[in-house]
Amino acid sequence: MKRPFEIVEHTADVGIVAYGRDVAELFANAALALFSLITDVGTIEQKLQLNVEISGEDTDSLLVEWLNELIYTFDVKRMVFGRFDISEMAGNRLEAVCYGEKIDPSKHRLKLGVKAATYHMLQLDRNGDGYRARVILDV
Amino acid sequence: MTAWQGQLIRVDDYRWKIPETYKSGMRVPGMIYASREMLEAMREDQTPEQVANVAFLPGIVGHSLAMPDIHWGYGFPIGGVAAMDVSKGVVSPGGVGYDINCGVRLLRTDLSEDEVRPRISQLVNGLFSDIPSGLGSEGKIRVGRKEMNDLMVEGARWAIRRGLGFEDDLEVTEENGCMRGADPGKISDRAAKRGLPQAGTLGSGNHFLEIQAVKEIFEPGAAAVMGIKGVGQILVLIHTGSRGFGHQVCTDHLRAMEQAVSRYGIKLPDRQLACAPIESPEGRDYLAAMACAANYAWANRQCIAHWVRECFARVLGKGPEKLGMKQVYDVAHNIAKIEEHVVAGRKVKVCVHRKGATRAFPPGHRDTPGCYSSIGQPVLVPGDMGRCSFIAVGTEKAMEETFGSTCHGAGRMLSRGAAKRSIKGGRVVQELERRGITVKAENIHSLAEEASQAYKDVTEIIEVVHRAGISRKVAMTVPLGIVKG
Repeated sequence: MKRPFEIVEHTADVGIVAYGRDVAELFANAALALFSLITDVGTIEQKLQLNVEISGEDTDSLLVEWLNELIYTFDVKRMVFGRFDISEMAGNRLEAVCYGEKIDPSKHRLKLGVKAATYHMLQLDRNGDGYRARVILDV
Repeated sequence: MTAWQGQLIRVDDYRWKIPETYKSGMRVPGMIYASREMLEAMREDQTPEQVANVAFLPGIVGHSLAMPDIHWGYGFPIGGVAAMDVSKGVVSPGGVGYDINCGVRLLRTDLSEDEVRPRISQLVNGLFSDIPSGLGSEGKIRVGRKEMNDLMVEGARWAIRRGLGFEDDLEVTEENGCMRGADPGKISDRAAKRGLPQAGTLGSGNHFLEIQAVKEIFEPGAAAVMGIKGVGQILVLIHTGSRGFGHQVCTDHLRAMEQAVSRYGIKLPDRQLACAPIESPEGRDYLAAMACAANYAWANRQCIAHWVRECFARVLGKGPEKLGMKQVYDVAHNIAKIEEHVVAGRKVKVCVHRKGATRAFPPGHRDTPGCYSSIGQPVLVPGDMGRCSFIAVGTEKAMEETFGSTCHGAGRMLSRGAAKRSIKGGRVVQELERRGITVKAENIHSLAEEASQAYKDVTEIIEVVHRAGISRKVAMTVPLGIVKG
């Protein structure tokens, strides 16, 4: 498979393009892309875990919800994550375990404040033998 | 991406029309305020397509409008204005944006550039340490959940009740710093949780505090009414909004509307334009929640203005009254408001969406504060951090053509990444210092994203709105000291 994700640019915002062999991997890679914008994911240790359970109208909006859930956790609980295990992916429901830690300013350099995942130019398609998704983020 | 190829019909030197026939589904034509030179960049950026997309929204009247600082946004362009008939139109959270009531507040002083220059480092450092800023910054005021409800309903007055500011600040704040109809019951727990720790913080990104000096006065009469007496006078500009709170409100209600769109049989060219009838439960809920976020932003700017006054008083050893630190005005530039306008010769109640656009009401309008009734509502137009900013006033022409709206700023030209690649944060500081501008930022690396080169020249923008007659420029200011999040 190619790189798990890419960062794309937009005049006022930033977008992510994530890839995955299946939808679960696609979602995990999109989350990794999100945190790679916020800080250097290499500096995130897996000290804490967070269980996430969400649902959406369809798979596209589930992806936006998923990223917004993580942005909310980052903003309110001051946590960053570097690993995501999608344990269940059925219909428009998702269950995941996210591994990470509380932000430590001495270790994590915060690069960008991501404030929301948008529906703008949202794309989620089959791509060869896997999946590809694009999400524009409000920063 | 190839440049936008659609038709732009020249109306005059500053008005360009996208005919309704451009795309099937447009209910009204588009109208872009721009000089010929600006059009090419707009075509490159695809923004006319977004102007055309907004024209799809049910109940839109007049034109789908674009100010000269327009640039690509999600769904709605930034710099867009759209008015929907309240009785049959929709409200769209994307037409307001995530940072609900992001806006600017201008304070004046009786100080001169000569008095402030020698103390500029102290002032900038003082502001930087007194006012929480930066990514994830937390406020120095503690707001509990119950108090948060009062804040959402009362807006700027909430801060004044706590001793943060003066009663007469309210008179010169749009909506008197308190939008009616705010209902904390329409706010999710998550939004409240995101909002609590961030009340009274500047934030990051393009938000800033700027100590400015008046550089040029175009209309001395109008300037004098605002207390702007001469070149060299020191002003302070505050630019911030509703922080994570507004973002969560927008996210929550976009989700609700995303689900409602098909139920109301609305067809949209872009999901981010999700909307619901103004008179529907989803529409009313959004407007009640949006008012909470707008009030949060006004309370936020009120707190910050107070700390700016305190900082000046401490550094200069004189009280804010002695320093003449009165508020000139405070405007929102991301908001939707129910207003009365004349459409095709008939008075109509409309919901005006201003996303990256400023209200610009004329002299004598009932919502123009009494003290400005002879000159029109002040319009504050910040430029990028290296160049200049403008103070303007609203006009009758704006009422006739743009639902009393005008531009809001410089408008981004380069993406953040492109700006970072072309210039380093450290270089930005050196370059500004060379030009006599002191800057202090929480994150030096992100400064490059906000460098002058990343923005359009605000001088060209103000020229267009001035010549088109939708506002009149009154004064120009230049920065001496800047605090960035």
